[in-house]
Amino acid sequence: MNKINSYGTGLVAGLAVFFGLMVGAIIMLVSGFNPVTGYVSLVQSALGSSLNIGEVLRSMTPLILTAAGFLVAQSAGFFNIGLAGQVWVGWIASTWFVLVNQSMTPWLSIPLAVIIGALAGALMGALPGWLRAQFGASEVITTIMLNYIALYGGNAFVQGLPKKLMTTTDMTVTLPTEDSLRWDLLANLTGGSRLNIGFIIAIVALVAIWFIMKRTTLGFEIRAVGLNPDAARYAGMSAKRTAVTAMTISGLLAGLAGATEGLGTYLNIFSQTGAPQVGYDGMAVALLASGSFLGIFFAALLFSILSVGGLGMPLASGVPTELVSVVTASIIFFIGANYLIRLILVKIDEDDAKQKAKKLAGPQKKGRNDKKVEKEAE
Amino acid sequence: MSLETILQLVISSTLVYSAPLIFTALGGTFSERAGVVNVGLEGTMIMGAFAGVVFNLTFASQFGALTPWLGLIAGAVIGLIFSLLHAVATVTLRADHIVSGTVMNLMAPALGVYLIKLMYGKGQTSMIAENFGYWNVPGLAKIPFIGTIFFTKTSATAWVAIIVAFVASWVLFKTRFGLRLRSVGENPQAADTLGLNVYALRYTGVLISGVLGGIGGALFAQSIAGNFSASTIVGQGFMSMAAMIFGRWNPVGAMAAALFFGFSQSMAIVGAQLPLLNQVPAVYLQVAPYVFTVLILVVFFAKSKAPAADGVNYIKSV
Repeated sequence: MNKINSYGTGLVAGLAVFFGLMVGAIIMLVSGFNPVTGYVSLVQSALGSSLNIGEVLRSMTPLILTAAGFLVAQSAGFFNIGLAGQVWVGWIASTWFVLVNQSMTPWLSIPLAVIIGALAGALMGALPGWLRAQFGASEVITTIMLNYIALYGGNAFVQGLPKKLMTTTDMTVTLPTEDSLRWDLLANLTGGSRLNIGFIIAIVALVAIWFIMKRTTLGFEIRAVGLNPDAARYAGMSAKRTAVTAMTISGLLAGLAGATEGLGTYLNIFSQTGAPQVGYDGMAVALLASGSFLGIFFAALLFSILSVGGLGMPLASGVPTELVSVVTASIIFFIGANYLIRLILVKIDEDDAKQKAKKLAGPQKKGRNDKKVEKEAE
Repeated sequence: MSLETILQLVISSTLVYSAPLIFTALGGTFSERAGVVNVGLEGTMIMGAFAGVVFNLTFASQFGALTPWLGLIAGAVIGLIFSLLHAVATVTLRADHIVSGTVMNLMAPALGVYLIKLMYGKGQTSMIAENFGYWNVPGLAKIPFIGTIFFTKTSATAWVAIIVAFVASWVLFKTRFGLRLRSVGENPQAADTLGLNVYALRYTGVLISGVLGGIGGALFAQSIAGNFSASTIVGQGFMSMAAMIFGRWNPVGAMAAALFFGFSQSMAIVGAQLPLLNQVPAVYLQVAPYVFTVLILVVFFAKSKAPAADGVNYIKSV
């Protein structure tokens, strides 16, 4: 029975992706599309030109940041579904700051705006952290409720901005590219895509968070509190303070993601029908990455290919874009139900072993099973 | 506006908005009493709304005024099937309950809109032809004042929901099945030792939540939203969950809490017609239900106690 947990998370995640794509293929098949054509059109729309590759990298930016945010909260035992709302307030705060300070030099206004966006997200994350640490209110529900509060409150804020900042009642004017995170070099490299400095910020933040979580006392405390709050308290750590800190960092990263959306991708603010999807997708990225920071990079790459490619699917193969979200959800289903994948892997190994036993010839290769036996013998 | 009309408007719109929440909160109660946390109620409602609207659009000409009621059954069936996903994941495949519920919430809008696009060629459906209209309770409506504010131009489904809450309470606390269901949520090990089938009971709890959540979604779509799109259900499933917690995992309590949430939701809509409230900026009324949910969790969560084995996977030792 021990064997069932002996498989690497990378292998399990890979198989979850495979099964998720199979679910998508079956759905396409049942609804009368050719799955091969569908997936080929997806990959072509995602990677077919340097412009699209740039867009894939661009769409990785908020996913890396929100996923890292989710992971930090998760390490402390929080399930932060509020990333979407935290992204939205970060987006509004940062972009609003630049909109009202266009006379300031971008060398000052942009860094300030990014910081303000991150802080707005941090506050939005700290609140549910504090509510749970202090009152025991489930963050699963409070973060979701805060998403709606942020959504409607943010929309009202945008619609209430001075007329001279607006093009329509629901959309602000667009910032000039020099007052943004856009960088000609990155755009030119990628055929004029919206790839921007946000991508660099995201990579730096990912490495920094990896360092904090794995190499500093704070990171150790966060993980200790997540694993066993009572033990952490017994060891002299403040479980409450650490939990709130973790949620603050989580929100900070989401706010940063919002700043890159506003100042890097869209260059304006427009009212939303739902809290930004990147918040929910970032959660999916983190779950697929199963606790690994390097995993976040690759999971974000995969989901960006899916989402950018998904936009091209209706035109190229008639498959509605929503199929991509179904695939994403299925992948996370198999990650959650990884017990199934592990059972299948055990079955395959056992069948292998049986076949080998049947042959009874030739020198035995050293397989996974033998290694396991050696480990257990130790 | 006279006091009588104001009260009548407030109470009837409260009932209309509460009914879907009551059904869904009752569903959540059954699931969590059996030990399975169901964050996927939102997704279940979305699938129920999808089923109800599609049924209504397809069969309105055949069944006439009966259509929305049959639409509830369609919602229940699809809700049941959809919640099977959660049951399999959490009970059989030992998945984390929150992750599995989140999958349902990610899956439902995508799947719903995908199917709508295939069926109707656009991202949202047309408005349905047969709505749940207003209803006068026979006999009771004739009582002066009380009859006017509670029983005229009211929501039939809300009264059904309130009755179902009492029935659910009886099932949960007075029947053998209810006792068994609660026992697997409190101490599955002990229940197993006594010869109960823990897995089967947990499946039943989750599937009941699927049926009731599906009804809740179909009801919301056919009495309030009027069509199906990605933004038909916006947090009602989560609100129902909060109502269940507020009601301390007790059907009648959950129903009362759902009535409160229904009231605060309806204020965002009818507030503009009421004196005093029409002075308040719309956004405050819009966010009020969500703010109340948070406040209620803060005030009541510490005092309310979830079933002991809620959210804990039971792994039968062989």
